[in-house]
Amino acid sequence: MPETLVFYVLSGLAILASALVIGQRNPMYSVMLLIASFGALAGLYIQLDAPFVAVAQIIIYAGAIMVLFLFVVMLLNAPQEDAADWDRTHPLRQPGIARFGALLGLLLVVQLGWALMRASELDVPVAGRVDAETIGSVRQVGRVLFTDYMFAFEATSILILVAMVGAVVLARRETDQ
Amino acid sequence: MDSIDLRLLVQLGVIGLTFFMLINASALLVLAERKFMGFMQQRYGPYLVGPHGVLQPLADILKLLFKEELRPKGADKWLFTLAPILSVTAAFAAFATVPWGAETTLFGLLDEPIKLGVADVNVGVLVVFAITSMGVYGIVLAGWSSNSKYSLMGGLRASAQMISYELSYATALAAVIMLAGSLSLREVVDAQQGTWLGFLSRWYLFVQPVGFIIYIIAGVAETNRAPFDFPEAEQELVAGYNTEYSSVRFALFPQAEYINMVTMSGVATSLYLGGWHGLLPFYTPLDPLIEANGLGWLVFLAKVGGILFTYIWVRWTVPRYRYDQLMQFGWKWLFPASVINLIVTAALMLYVLNA
Amino acid sequence: MDGWPGVVIMIALGVGFAAVMIGLSVLLGPKNPTPEKLAPYECGMPAVGDARERHSVKFYLVAMIFLLFDIEIAFLYPWAVALRDLGWPGFVQVVTFFLILAVGYVYVWRKGVLDWGPVARATRAAARREAA
Repeated sequence: MPETLVFYVLSGLAILASALVIGQRNPMYSVMLLIASFGALAGLYIQLDAPFVAVAQIIIYAGAIMVLFLFVVMLLNAPQEDAADWDRTHPLRQPGIARFGALLGLLLVVQLGWALMRASELDVPVAGRVDAETIGSVRQVGRVLFTDYMFAFEATSILILVAMVGAVVLARRETDQ
Repeated sequence: MDSIDLRLLVQLGVIGLTFFMLINASALLVLAERKFMGFMQQRYGPYLVGPHGVLQPLADILKLLFKEELRPKGADKWLFTLAPILSVTAAFAAFATVPWGAETTLFGLLDEPIKLGVADVNVGVLVVFAITSMGVYGIVLAGWSSNSKYSLMGGLRASAQMISYELSYATALAAVIMLAGSLSLREVVDAQQGTWLGFLSRWYLFVQPVGFIIYIIAGVAETNRAPFDFPEAEQELVAGYNTEYSSVRFALFPQAEYINMVTMSGVATSLYLGGWHGLLPFYTPLDPLIEANGLGWLVFLAKVGGILFTYIWVRWTVPRYRYDQLMQFGWKWLFPASVINLIVTAALMLYVLNA
Repeated sequence: MDGWPGVVIMIALGVGFAAVMIGLSVLLGPKNPTPEKLAPYECGMPAVGDARERHSVKFYLVAMIFLLFDIEIAFLYPWAVALRDLGWPGFVQVVTFFLILAVGYVYVWRKGVLDWGPVARATRAAARREAA
């Protein structure tokens, strides 16, 4: 019973914080609320017996990506989202872009549905499986990642390389002028 | 049923004790820092409150409690208060997975032994790493919300410095994790029990000397202490990110810094100096006596104290670097060095295992 | 779940401690603000302009590079724990990974992202001379 209670508290927190991220006018508050949402998500991962995913969530999302967001907010110096800008002329209000956004959202729903259909062992809780002890352990993650998913792992390095070059190219254009 | 309740009670007692000792440690470190600084500069340091000034921290905190809370015009009301809370909470929480003693039954009080430490988590090292990285936000928010130029510069510098050195120390720690084959701090400590060749304590310091040095240097930078105390470089930035803070809200920042120092030293002791195993680098007849009587936590405390003294010693000996030197040192020397250290360690370990 | 409640209790104790201390000081401290006290500190001079100005793109770049290497480190820990089981094939994989990242690292270094202050200014000046 307490497990269920913890689950509802954490998921409630995550949903509330995420909703407030969009509702906030101050981008600084949005960043902080997003961190809170990530924290609640990490708690949910721990409940799922996936401590490594939880900690990686905090280290990468809450610790690194949000620092980047924070710097961008400070860099753009936008203390308040201006309500006057949010009219028909705002780029996100263009009909083409809005339609594209709706399409992306729909695609996500289809993807999620497809993934949930494919997952075969969903009806068996993790704790009840034979390999429950090792399924979430970091050692097991390492063993699987560096054998079965070797190609994906190496491809990540190319992705990181491209991102590095992209960041430098985008930022340098501004400083050279 | 009774024994379960007793066990839970003792567990909660251990958590409470750890928390209380962390608060005390921050107060003691303020005093120790000022006393050692005094001796190194050939003067007495605080001397008036209590015998030899030992009650000085108590007087300080009482004074700060009665001071006016100031918040500059244009500062963000909520974030300005949130920043010190976040800093101090991250500092306390980061110590949660650091074990400070072997398992004990408290002289036969409990049927099953209890672990001395707040929480034994199987990804302990990563939890310390994750929670420490949350500490950055306290400092950035303090800098941004104050609406003062010095604060903002200090906050920015601090965050850039902390994230840069985080890479080096995380990579250095990975080498120890590889040797121990576990992410739990308690298991890493227990892997260091015993001796090599019969006389050398089985500390990872002896197989990871480069990693240890990288960790200590990065630790100084992470806690924003001299010679890397740029976020609060007084000649350039007045007091850096906490320029606009007063009263208790100000006091919480140095407190977080001192607790972070304790955590850094605790992790260094657990990963490199054998935790509560082996009092000295070589075998002494005292070692089996200490283990048998459950006095390991004293050994742990002594080692943490030694590292903390080194921190203070360095602060009052080495002059401050320049900010550009710090960033270049972190990115161009320390980070590549830690990566090479890791790869060499991996190759050597595989070679020895397969030989 | 073993041990996690301890972490939660520690976080709660930390928040509680900070809140109680701040609350106490609000109760105990005097409150008589004057415009001078509330002005942001600027070496005794009246403050000029807003503090939240745009700052160097440098900090954004460092955060970006940090994020990318942080992802690398997140991969590193499962590898470090499992290296005993993986053996030499696992070692070769991570060395390949590092070599690809090293290309990016050298690129970032050569582009002067890791240079700060006087050195950065000198490299920029040299680049301009070369271009002219």
